[in-house]
Amino acid sequence: MMPDVVFYTAEVMVNGLMAGVLYALVALGFVLIFKASGIFNYAQGVLALFAAMTLVGIQNGQVPFAHLVNAVFGTKVHHFGWTVPSLAAIALTALVMVGLAIAVERLVLRHLVNQEPIILFMATIGLAYFLEGLGDVMWGAEVKRLDVGLPQGMSGLIDEVTFNWFGYGFFIDRLDIAATAVAVALVVTLTLFSQYSKQGRALRAVADDHQAALSVGISLRFIWVLTWSIAGFVALVAGIMWGQKSGVQFSLSLIALKALPVLMLGGFTSIPGAIVGGLIIGMGEKLFEFFVGPMIGGATENWFAYVLALIFLVFRPQGLFGEKIIERV
Amino acid sequence: MRLRLSAILAASVALVTPAAAELFFPSLSYRTGPFAAGGIPFADGYADYFTLLNERDGGIGGVRVRVAECETAYNTEKGVECYEAIKGQSPLVIQPLSTGITYQLIPRVTQDGIPMHTMGYGRTSSKNGAVFSHVFNYPANYWDGASIIVNYLLDQNGGNLNGKKITLLYHNSAYGKEPIRTLEELAKKHGYELTLLPVDSPGQEQKSQWLQIRRDRPDYVLMWGWGVMNPTAIQEAINIRFPMENFIGVWWSGSENDVKAAGAAAAGYKSLNMHRTGTDFPLYADLQKYVIGAGKAAGAGDQVGSVLYSRGLYAAMLAAEAARRAQEIHGTPNITPAMMRDGMEALEITEARMAELGLPNFGPTFKVTCENHGGSGMGLIQQWDGQKWNVLTDWIESDKAVIDMLVADDSEAFAKENNIAKRCN
Repeated sequence: MMPDVVFYTAEVMVNGLMAGVLYALVALGFVLIFKASGIFNYAQGVLALFAAMTLVGIQNGQVPFAHLVNAVFGTKVHHFGWTVPSLAAIALTALVMVGLAIAVERLVLRHLVNQEPIILFMATIGLAYFLEGLGDVMWGAEVKRLDVGLPQGMSGLIDEVTFNWFGYGFFIDRLDIAATAVAVALVVTLTLFSQYSKQGRALRAVADDHQAALSVGISLRFIWVLTWSIAGFVALVAGIMWGQKSGVQFSLSLIALKALPVLMLGGFTSIPGAIVGGLIIGMGEKLFEFFVGPMIGGATENWFAYVLALIFLVFRPQGLFGEKIIERV
Repeated sequence: MRLRLSAILAASVALVTPAAAELFFPSLSYRTGPFAAGGIPFADGYADYFTLLNERDGGIGGVRVRVAECETAYNTEKGVECYEAIKGQSPLVIQPLSTGITYQLIPRVTQDGIPMHTMGYGRTSSKNGAVFSHVFNYPANYWDGASIIVNYLLDQNGGNLNGKKITLLYHNSAYGKEPIRTLEELAKKHGYELTLLPVDSPGQEQKSQWLQIRRDRPDYVLMWGWGVMNPTAIQEAINIRFPMENFIGVWWSGSENDVKAAGAAAAGYKSLNMHRTGTDFPLYADLQKYVIGAGKAAGAGDQVGSVLYSRGLYAAMLAAEAARRAQEIHGTPNITPAMMRDGMEALEITEARMAELGLPNFGPTFKVTCENHGGSGMGLIQQWDGQKWNVLTDWIESDKAVIDMLVADDSEAFAKENNIAKRCN
């Protein structure tokens, strides 16, 4: 008979891996944009918040900019009086994210072609603050409940089966299982899209060499819109998963902080890197908290994720799956 | 052109110089940033109460009230900037709404002679008025809060917590660590086993902590959380099927924001409160007539009656009552910050007065004295039923023997470090 600590360690590992999937979902959005345009999109976390707020707003039939409209026109409109089914609301939100991608390309990126990466990075910082404010003005700053019908809470089946097998019931959140399934589906779809579709191949061509891609007639502007649309959709998925855990509120934008060590570890240009990086960070931080946390006062997860990423960077500066860049001067 | 310049100059001077006959109550609000969902209802409640006094009574003692908000985004640096920007306008009381800002402002307000009210937050030992002349934290503080919960649990367990396991899940910050010493002292006294579980800010990921709670199976989990940490913890408790009625949060973990995401599944969750909530008070008829119905409500007007709106309203009511007291003491309606401080130190909230104000039994009765700036230290327990908060208990007292000893220790150490001569002799 194995001691409980073995099972508990296994339970911590499994839950760490599941948490890692959620981190990877956020990291994916960063990778997509960085890979296609070399931009580190500071606004990715806020995109997730904006997408989740828009989803809830559409689902609940909320009037966008209601407070502003009421203040200006003296009206008292807040809701249209209808609700929208989850799937339709997700599709409509995805359309809004495409619209946002077009707006970002037209109003921001188009004017910054051939600028230094740091300028583009600064532009995304500005975009993040703008979207934070826009989200609040459009949908209000209060905490919102998000429910698209995903299961949540302990899986009774896994608890029962593992208890019967090992005498120890494992805790696994059904939302984490759903997130894992969605992440797998997302990665498979993205891979198929980039390998087998014309647009996907164009995306890869731009990622490999901007100049060469332009010379064969690929529109950089279209690629940017496409990339930001996909990143917007990934942000929507991440927003749904995180929003269902703790409601839709400003802090959702801070999930980007959980993605940074994942990117450092997995590399900024690799989709598999984001997934593997997420899993390593998720499991590593949970195990560290379990074994070492109690000795040093706990709450180690936030900083340990960065320590873990830095340790990997010592051996692979480009990240586990990142491209090795050698610039000669 | 010269005339136009003069007009602009005159307008600019008018912006920075308060009008002679007005009572200035600044509001260091946070309507933006990670904690906006908590800051907006408080700021709305605070502003609406003063709007009511202006519209219905013509202000306080016949002098109109001016409320001006300064956005801190719950950021300590911005909070200090706000204070520096308004301190020259004779603010009657500063309510920083953040423990971090409070710690920065304690020496400044004392030096500038401006009273500060930190209702249920801030530096707990500022209850000792003999050391903290300009800081007030009535009606209750964090240490009272911790003790009130323990007293409630004693009541639930036939007066005996010996051998019980209690876990404190706390925000890993100065705020979250506040109740630890009190709970440790009370553990020695009552024999319960205390486990401490910190959560890093902002607190969106708490899997490790709740796996440990699931493994340890504590009898009770207490929470000192804020912002996103609260709904995440409540959801995780639901996930591991922890009995919600044994999960109790401090008053900053007990608003609609904290339970809304989980909704009905959070039914049973309990929290402390230092006041009652909801719109079932006669005052709300006047609020509806003079403020909300008249289109003069602060913000979007959609927070009325919520827990944090009620807290803002309560803070404004206590400030207005202290201003009235100051007017009585000094025999003038045009009071200064120094006079306001005297009013706060002589404040007495009775049941008769609360009923007269249209807020019967809204908060505990208490009397502030030179030595005691912390009020009666009473609170109540409320419970979420899936739809709304319901009050479960009457006002519960804290363990004065333990709290007063801790307050004396901490405030005297502060006085020694800062060479403060004790008052109230």
